[in-house]
Amino acid sequence: MAKSIAQEFVKGLWTEIPPFRLVLGICPTLAVTTSVVNGVGMGIGVTFVLVCSNILIAMLRNVIPSKIRIACYIIIIATFVTVVELLSQAFAYPLYMSLGIFIPLIVVNCILLGRAEAFASKNPILPSIADGLGIGIGYTLALGVLGALRESLGNGTLLGYPVFGPAFEPFTFMVQAPGAFVSLGLMLAIMNMLGNR
Amino acid sequence: MGEYLVLIISCIFINNILLAQYLGNCPFLGTSKKMETAVGMAAAVVFVLTLAGGLTWAIDVYFLKKLEIEFLRTIAFILVIASLVQFVEMFLKKSIPALYAGLGIFLPLITTNCAVMGVCLINIQEKYTFLQSLVTSSAYAAGFGLALILFTGIRERIIIGRVPKPLQDTSIGLVTAGMLALTFLAFKGLV
Repeated sequence: MAKSIAQEFVKGLWTEIPPFRLVLGICPTLAVTTSVVNGVGMGIGVTFVLVCSNILIAMLRNVIPSKIRIACYIIIIATFVTVVELLSQAFAYPLYMSLGIFIPLIVVNCILLGRAEAFASKNPILPSIADGLGIGIGYTLALGVLGALRESLGNGTLLGYPVFGPAFEPFTFMVQAPGAFVSLGLMLAIMNMLGNR
Repeated sequence: MGEYLVLIISCIFINNILLAQYLGNCPFLGTSKKMETAVGMAAAVVFVLTLAGGLTWAIDVYFLKKLEIEFLRTIAFILVIASLVQFVEMFLKKSIPALYAGLGIFLPLITTNCAVMGVCLINIQEKYTFLQSLVTSSAYAAGFGLALILFTGIRERIIIGRVPKPLQDTSIGLVTAGMLALTFLAFKGLV
């Protein structure tokens, strides 16, 4: 039963990488991946909240009464989301503006509550940190890849620099809502093809 | 009157919460495999979102703004929504058991439905009045129901068809949702 801490970390990067293996946290995935910067920024925010809330929940796991545990988790998560909101407002204002309401909406991202319930409430602090970091970094990677795909095809740029030369006609479909759904669907299909865990 | 009509149409069709604002997609994919569950979810969202829209508006104006603690908005809203859902659940169980049985497990799931929280935040961001908040909340909820039920209809048909193995289930669901979003994009010139 006792898995090593390294294993807990690595599973978030491939076998349980959200949003592909664990189909959770779809809304921000669709909404913010119009560019790499937005996607990675969102991923970092989620990672921060996930690690902090995992630490606190793992510390308090024997104190929180099981009947009101969900409410307790939500308050802990909401606290760290507020921290992220204020920090990004102070130090990364352009990112704060472009992510908009999706920063406060990290609260209702199912990944956070899912990890709190499935992992941090049953495990000690160190494995919980590893789990949070692994899942968070996996999510950041996934958002980065999806952002790169949509930005390069939809805008013809990558991190703001043109990649396909001046002759390229941007494929606007990709940065709009339909492109978000279709590209995430196709990414899921590719992940399914690459191997079943 | 005309102003409200424009607001309603734009909330249902043009800024459809699921397909244009990307909110509430987890229940969208999760409950769209069967028509019964989809209708239950849609009804629960209409019910709770309208209540939550009005309540969070009042909390924001009379409590958070008055005490100048707007930075606590995220925590306050999630608490209000969570307790509202709990309260509605208890109330329905006691007084309208038929409706409670119909909505069933969908009520508690709404707490983590980002459509509810998202609409409440949009209402504050757009500085709507109380009446406008109520109208937009219910119109967004109606848009949610419309898109969910349309999508479920399509999905029930797709299950019968032969889908390539890697594309099955969520993957083809997302691609279908993309196509549906494309059709909703055509409403853009409406208002």
